[in-house]
Amino acid sequence: MSTSASDLTLPDFSSHPAHAGKYAPPTPGSCPAFFPEKVSRSDSAHLDALEAQSIFLLREAFHHFKNLCMPWSMGKDSNVLIWLSRKAFGGHIPYPLLHIDTTYEFPEMLVYRDWAVRYHDLNLIVKINEDARAGRGAYAERGPIGYETADPVTVTHELKTAALQQVMAEHQWSALITGIRRDEDPTRAKERYFSPRNKDFEWDYKDQPPEFWNQFTTSCAAGEHVRVQALLDWSERDIWLYIQREGIPIPHMYFARRGQDGKQYRFRSLGCWPISGPVESGADTIDKIIDELAVTTTSERAGRAQDHHERNAMQKLRAKGFM
Amino acid sequence: MSSVSSVPVSLAPGQTSRLRVVFVGHVDHGKSTLIGRIFYDTNSLPDGKVDQIRKACAEEGMDFEYAFLLDALLEEQEQNITIDTTQIQFKTAKRPYVIIDAPGHKEFLKNMITGAASADAAVLLIAANEGVQEQSRRHGYLLSLLGIKQVVVAVNKMDLAGYSRETFEAVRTEYLAFLARIGVEARAFVPISARNGVNVAGRTPEAGAPNPMPWYTGPTVLEMLDTFEPPAPLVAMPLRLPIQDVYRFDDRRLLVGRIESGTLKVGDALVFSPNNKTSVVASIENWSGPSRTEALAGESVAITLKEQIFVQRGHIASHEATAPIESNRFKARLFWMGKRPLTVGQTYKLKLATQELDAEVVSVERVIDASTLETVTGERPFINRNDVAEVTLQTRGALVMDNHDRNPFMGRFVIVDERQVAGGGIIHGGVYSDRTKVKSANIYWSEGNVLPRNRTLRNGHRGAVVWLTGLSGSGKSTIARQIERELFNGGRQVYVLDGDNIRHGLNSNLGFAPEDRVENIRRVAEVASLMADAGLIVVTAFISPYLQDRRRAREIVLEGGHEFAEIHVDAPLEVCESRDVKGLYKRARAGEIEDFTGISAPYEAPENPELRVQTGHLTLEESVAAVLEYIMPRVRAVSEDDVAI
Ligand SMILES: Nc1nc2c(ncn2[C@@H]2O[C@H](COP(=O)(O)OP(=O)(O)OP(=O)(O)O)[C@@H](O)[C@H]2O)c(=O)[nH]1
Ligand SMILES: [Mg+2]
Repeated sequence: MSTSASDLTLPDFSSHPAHAGKYAPPTPGSCPAFFPEKVSRSDSAHLDALEAQSIFLLREAFHHFKNLCMPWSMGKDSNVLIWLSRKAFGGHIPYPLLHIDTTYEFPEMLVYRDWAVRYHDLNLIVKINEDARAGRGAYAERGPIGYETADPVTVTHELKTAALQQVMAEHQWSALITGIRRDEDPTRAKERYFSPRNKDFEWDYKDQPPEFWNQFTTSCAAGEHVRVQALLDWSERDIWLYIQREGIPIPHMYFARRGQDGKQYRFRSLGCWPISGPVESGADTIDKIIDELAVTTTSERAGRAQDHHERNAMQKLRAKGFM
Repeated sequence: MSSVSSVPVSLAPGQTSRLRVVFVGHVDHGKSTLIGRIFYDTNSLPDGKVDQIRKACAEEGMDFEYAFLLDALLEEQEQNITIDTTQIQFKTAKRPYVIIDAPGHKEFLKNMITGAASADAAVLLIAANEGVQEQSRRHGYLLSLLGIKQVVVAVNKMDLAGYSRETFEAVRTEYLAFLARIGVEARAFVPISARNGVNVAGRTPEAGAPNPMPWYTGPTVLEMLDTFEPPAPLVAMPLRLPIQDVYRFDDRRLLVGRIESGTLKVGDALVFSPNNKTSVVASIENWSGPSRTEALAGESVAITLKEQIFVQRGHIASHEATAPIESNRFKARLFWMGKRPLTVGQTYKLKLATQELDAEVVSVERVIDASTLETVTGERPFINRNDVAEVTLQTRGALVMDNHDRNPFMGRFVIVDERQVAGGGIIHGGVYSDRTKVKSANIYWSEGNVLPRNRTLRNGHRGAVVWLTGLSGSGKSTIARQIERELFNGGRQVYVLDGDNIRHGLNSNLGFAPEDRVENIRRVAEVASLMADAGLIVVTAFISPYLQDRRRAREIVLEGGHEFAEIHVDAPLEVCESRDVKGLYKRARAGEIEDFTGISAPYEAPENPELRVQTGHLTLEESVAAVLEYIMPRVRAVSEDDVAI
């Protein structure tokens, strides 16, 4: 744990377009991370079982795949994965982390990223699909890809999935540890813990391998890879209960800030700023977030435009390699 | 679909995780519809979900289908069929659940098993208009095979049977007779209409509507869910800690794994099967908090040991008095889902907890039709997809196991074919050991030359050369022989080259002059490389004092495409000289032996050996453990490419 993490503070982002809307910029000079107060609630006994299974999965992944990587979005689930990895391996994380930077990240998330790299002593690889952004190479004819010019499904595919394909080709990873959860989306609810992907990243959801008794698909042919989905069993609420129980540092953007319209907003799910909407909420502590989840009837990814573009948009994205 | 409910619900006392309930039964009998309806009736659907489903149904030209909540894939909605299993969380006022939807089509039996294998309880659906069908019975049988004892039968589509009590009773009578034959006791038979919501959560399609089945006064499906009991706690059972890995990220050596059953305490003496080494638990590590003195079944732990014995993935830690069974031959009931038939005499990878061994089916005693319970055939040399069979299996090395009724975690295994889990088995009764039986000839022949990977397949590991170097008396031969014994017992192909078997034959024309020493080492390296070619793990035990000779040896072995590990068996000259087992140092000091390494000839210590074993500080056991720990992960068959013929 490097002390230099404490040197990083948030600058003034008030003029950044990401904050032109409802969600106010952070207070300049503050720490990029929020440290929850550790609380053990009586309704969190099931977290032990979830934690044990996730650690088991991470250790299986590390044993079976010599060359693996953990994509890291800096969001709440991602940070739980870091925490579980450190628990699994006695404080060390024996694989690199990968941030697919779409260039549409909230500016304070990038500061958080640098902070977390120092705080957790991460080996972080950052990947941008530069050609797509600049409209070069394979994108020369189509021109630059971005939310200004293309629909969110296309942008998500090019700046996330295609970027992932590029960086995978470079590093030849045979496994990726992901933080997707079954409760996020009905197609994710059909996932395996160890889910093979072919050379083109395709998910053969119509013919998934059997998986039971904690025995998994633990090898793949060259060029293919396996997704190890270590948080599959967790719900959104579990994630928050766990962050609170363990005191895991996370970005501030999940907590309420007062917008220009006088109302309070927070993010339930963080993605690219042009397509991520905050929800109206006064939850400024984890307890309040957990209470809010108990009564909310909207889905977590409701604020993410790419999911709702058309019927089965997520299935199509995911079949092509999106997480 | 998001986690939605009105009240957060805690777990029942003694329950450590959410109760898992699987919905099974014949294709189209209404499993997904029932789950969808349960969610609808309990207000567990997120905003907009009903509209979204309505829209999707309209696009498919269908009436409203509750099943679309689960059947979310386009292909599933188009064909109105479940392809793959779904898990979804749900809460009643009593407790939280994981609801598992399983497909009923025979084609997707592997997905049904994937869903059902982790369940604590099951709801089995039979449509009243069709009655008991093939998969109604097969699923019932598989539930019993998987050890799922809590079963409720829902007789669905009662609306299509005129809500007739006679029809319900007929289905009930027929299925009860079937369940009796497989020893399963259903907790209840509930007549329902999933689509109309009768006896799902309420008794009537809508509030105020008349009850179409006044003759039924038993519980609803929802009420039955709350009667299921959480799985029995595993802490009271004998300790089983299958080792997942051994880590050495810093100065600690961590043994990690999940405690499948029992309790582990600091100070406990553990025995590690199958090599039966023992050591005492020094600590239970906890990165983010204070270290602990006790850990329980279900926990993923990291422990350290007092004595540094050799432990690797696949070893099973237990207490001595309650150790598991070790055998290489056992009987099992096996279900097969592979695309190719499971064939007697062919080698497969068998996985049990963290163990991975080559195994073959020695014989198939009988194949059972899981739907009719009839014996399809007696002895037969193969098992087809979706067959269940009673078989005898044999593994290459010793397998550590329990009978399934004693400890489910150690009493079940899977068989891998074409990289996928392709079958599962339950170990039962009559475990015996027969290591004398000569392995029957492998009936599978591959064309052309025997390739290194063919040998890897047969041996379960790659060839390698472990080159021990060090002064006379440093312990090379002793370590080499002990490694040989350990690996041999573990079913590995291993051989030691040392002065005893080289000097007298192959190199009998060589003396100890410098040029003879060079030639001696060259020949040893060439022979070792050939033996590694043949698939062996070769351990050499020669002083090999010159850097340049060892570099040559390394080149020779690497050229052969094998792993080479230079291990410096490092003990100070004084220590070696004081040991002087053969009295050689004494004679060298007396000038009776010329060119004696360390006394009258130089020893050039390795600069960058793969490993340095300081035998002055370590016990033999610790030294051997260090070498094995280094070499074993490196001779592992890297991927199944290595082992595919
Ligand atoms: N009339 C009537 N139809 C029903 C009832 N329950 C289900 N159905 C219909 O039966 C058809 C099949 O229902 P599903 O729920 O998809 O069946 P399933 O058992 O999940 O099928 P698979 O998963 O493919 O094995 C659908 O069209 C349902 O609307 C019922 O109680 N009454
Ligand atoms: Mg279904």
